[in-house]
Amino acid sequence: MLELQNIYKTFEDRLVLADVNLLVPKGATHALIGSSGSGKTTLLRITLGLIPFDRGYVKINDQALLSVTQAEWADRIGYVPQDGGLFPHISGRNNVALVAKLRGWRKSMIDDRLEELRKTVDLDPEILTRFPREMSGGQKQRVAIMRAAMMNPAVMLLDEPMAALDPLIRRSVQQELKSIFQRLDKTVLLVTHDLGEAVFLAEQITMLHEGRVVQSGSFRDLLRNPANDFVTQFINAQRTLTDAGEVQ
Amino acid sequence: MRRTATRRMTARWAALLGVLAAVLLPCAGFAADAIVIGGKIFTESYVLGEMAAQTIEAASSVPVTRKLGMGSTGILFEALKSGAIDVYPDYTGTLAEAILKRPELKSPDEIRRALAAMGLTMSGSLGFNDTYALAVKEEFAQQHKLQTIGDLIPIEATLRAGFSYEFMDRKDGYPGLIDSYQLAMAPQNVSRMEHSLSYQAIDQNAVDLIDVYSTDAKIKKLHLTLLKDDHNYFPVYQAVWVARTSFVEAHPREWQALRSLEGKISEQAMLDMNAQADIQKLSFDKIAARFLGAAAPNSHGWLKEVGIRTREHLWLVGVSLLFSVLVGIPLGVAAVRFPAAGQAILLSSALIQTVPSLALLCFLIPVFGVGTKPALAALCLYSLLPVVLNTFTGIRAVNPIHVENARAFGLNRRQVLWRVVLPLASPTLLAGIKTATIVSIGTATLAALVGAGGYGAPIVSGLALNDVRIILTGAIPAALMALVAHGVFEVLGIVLIPAGLRRRV
Repeated sequence: MLELQNIYKTFEDRLVLADVNLLVPKGATHALIGSSGSGKTTLLRITLGLIPFDRGYVKINDQALLSVTQAEWADRIGYVPQDGGLFPHISGRNNVALVAKLRGWRKSMIDDRLEELRKTVDLDPEILTRFPREMSGGQKQRVAIMRAAMMNPAVMLLDEPMAALDPLIRRSVQQELKSIFQRLDKTVLLVTHDLGEAVFLAEQITMLHEGRVVQSGSFRDLLRNPANDFVTQFINAQRTLTDAGEVQ
Repeated sequence: MRRTATRRMTARWAALLGVLAAVLLPCAGFAADAIVIGGKIFTESYVLGEMAAQTIEAASSVPVTRKLGMGSTGILFEALKSGAIDVYPDYTGTLAEAILKRPELKSPDEIRRALAAMGLTMSGSLGFNDTYALAVKEEFAQQHKLQTIGDLIPIEATLRAGFSYEFMDRKDGYPGLIDSYQLAMAPQNVSRMEHSLSYQAIDQNAVDLIDVYSTDAKIKKLHLTLLKDDHNYFPVYQAVWVARTSFVEAHPREWQALRSLEGKISEQAMLDMNAQADIQKLSFDKIAARFLGAAAPNSHGWLKEVGIRTREHLWLVGVSLLFSVLVGIPLGVAAVRFPAAGQAILLSSALIQTVPSLALLCFLIPVFGVGTKPALAALCLYSLLPVVLNTFTGIRAVNPIHVENARAFGLNRRQVLWRVVLPLASPTLLAGIKTATIVSIGTATLAALVGAGGYGAPIVSGLALNDVRIILTGAIPAALMALVAHGVFEVLGIVLIPAGLRRRV
C-alpha cells in the first residue's frame, strides 16, 4: 500500500503542491495524471525520496519515508524512469543486477532472480547481454521493469511508461504491460499525461492540476461526475485526440 | 561474491597505476655522492665543464657527475648555492654583473671578496678573456665600411639586430651599449632570440648584427667580423672556476687540481677548441682530453646513450603523469562538487599553464634545487590542467538524469560517483590524461636545462653546437615516445572505457 497524505511543497516561496492525498491499496494500479506544470513530476520525486517536502507524509505499508535511509526506501519502491533510464555504459544484465550486487547478493541468488523476472517480462535472454543503445524501446522498457522489480519492492513507480514508444507498437506494449503488472502482483503507481493510457492500465485515477488534486476515482466517476470544468475539458481534449488516432 | 563489471573497471584503473609504477621504479636510479660539475648551455662552457670533470677524475678517485648544458647563469647560480652542483666555469664580468649585481667590481680580488660573503669562491683566470662583442658579416662590414661599433650610427635606422635574451637584459649588455655609443636602433628591428639561433639568423641574412662571445668558433665558421669596442664598453670576462667555499674546504686536492689550469688556456687555444666542437664536430670529452694530453674517457655508444636518456625521460613523464592522475582527477571531481572552489581550481591550474616553462623552472629552483626535482615539479604542474579540466568537463557532461536515477535506486554519493559518473565521464577523462602525457613528453625536453637529463640533453647540446644530428638524437626518440604513448592510449581506451560507451568499429 502506498499512501501520500497532506503533502505540501514550496519552491522559493512558490507553492507547487498543496494538500495532496493519494492512496494506492495493495495490489492496485493507480494513475497520477496531469499536464506539464501540474506538479506531478515534483510529486514523483518526493515519492522517490529525492527531494524534501514541507508537510505531510509518504508511507509504504505503514513505513514512513522519513524513518528509513535512502537505500532502504529505494528497495521498497521500484522505479522505472521515462524511456527506461538504463545506464548506457553497462549491459542490460548489469543494469538489472547493479543494486543487488551493491547489496552483496550471491551470484546464484542474482541469477535466479534475474531468470524469474526475465520470464515475468517475457524477454529473450540474449537481449540482457546487449548494451542499452542496442535495444529497441520496448526491450529497454522491459529491462527497466526487471531492474525496478529486482529487489522485490512493495511498490512500482513508472514515469510516463509509453511516452518514448513508437505509436505503432504502443497498443501491443500497453497490453503486455498490463499483463506484466498482473504477473508481478505489485502496488503500481504510474505517472502520465495521457488519459487513454491511464484508463487502459489503471483502475483508479488521480488528476492533478496546479499542485492540487482536482479529482480522484475511476474513469467512470471522472466522466459522469466531473469535479469541475477542468476535468471535463481535460477529458474532452484527450478524447478528441484519441478518437482521431483511432480513425487513422 | 562475483565481482561486478564496474568493480572490474576500478581494478583495471588500479592495475594501470600499478603498471605505471612498475615501469617507473627501475628508472629511479640516482647517482651516489659525487662531485657535480655544472655548465651553461654554450659550447665553451661544455668544453670547460668537461675539462674540469676530467681534471678531477685524473687527480682523485671521487666519482664525477656532469650536469652540463644547464641553461642560463641564474639557474647555475641557484644550483651552486643549493649544493646541486659543486663547481662550474663562469666569467668575472658575469659574476660581477649577474650574480653580485655590482658591475663596478673589476679586479679578480674584489670579486673574490664579494663572493666570499655569499659562501662562494673562484679560481684565478684560466688565461683567456671571453667578452661580449658585436659581429656582422664580412660583406656587410665591407659594404658599410664598418670597423668599430661607433661606425654603426650612420645606418642605425635600418640596422636589423638579433640579440640573445641575456644580452638584452643585462645592464652591461644592450641597454648600456646604446647609452655608451648613443646608438638609436629602431625597436622593431631588434629581435630577442635564443643565442644559438642568432647565428643561423645572421647566416641567412635575417638580421645584420648579433651579439657573440669573442672566442666563439662560429665567428670563424660564418665569416663574421667583430666590431671594435673603441669605448672599452664591454667589461672584462676572464674565465674562472666558481665553487662553494665549503666544497673547496672539503675537497682541497680536487680544487688544487682545477686551479692547476689557471693561466693555461689562451684565447687562441679556447677559440680552437670551440672550433673543434662547432666545426669539426668533435665530442666535448675528446676535445678536453686532447687539450689535457690525456686519453678521452670511454664514452658510451649512442645506443646506450639513448637508453639512458629514455630512462630519464620516462621517469620524468611517468612521475608527473602519476601525480596528475592522483591529484588532477580528485581536483576535477572537487571542482564539480564545490562550484566556488571549482572556479578557483580551474583558474589556478590554467594560470600555471601560462607561466613559460623556463620561468617556472627558475621559480622552482630555490624550492627544489636543481636536477630531477624541480623538473618533476614543473611537469606535474603542467600536466595538471588537462586532467583537471577534462575530469571537470567530463563529469559536467554526464546527463543529470542518470545521477538522479542512480540516487532513486538507492546508490549513495560514493557509489553514484564510482558506478555511474566516473564510468560515463571516462572517455573524456582518459583523453585528458592522454593530452597530459603527450604534452609532458614534449615539455620534459626542457628538463635538461636544470640538469634533469632526458631527451632534452642532446637537444640542448645540439642547439649549443648548432648540430642538427645531435638535436635529432633527442628529438626523434621524443617523437617516437609520443607516438608510442598515442598507441598505448588507444589500447587503454579499449581496456578502460566501458564497452557500452565505446564507438562501434
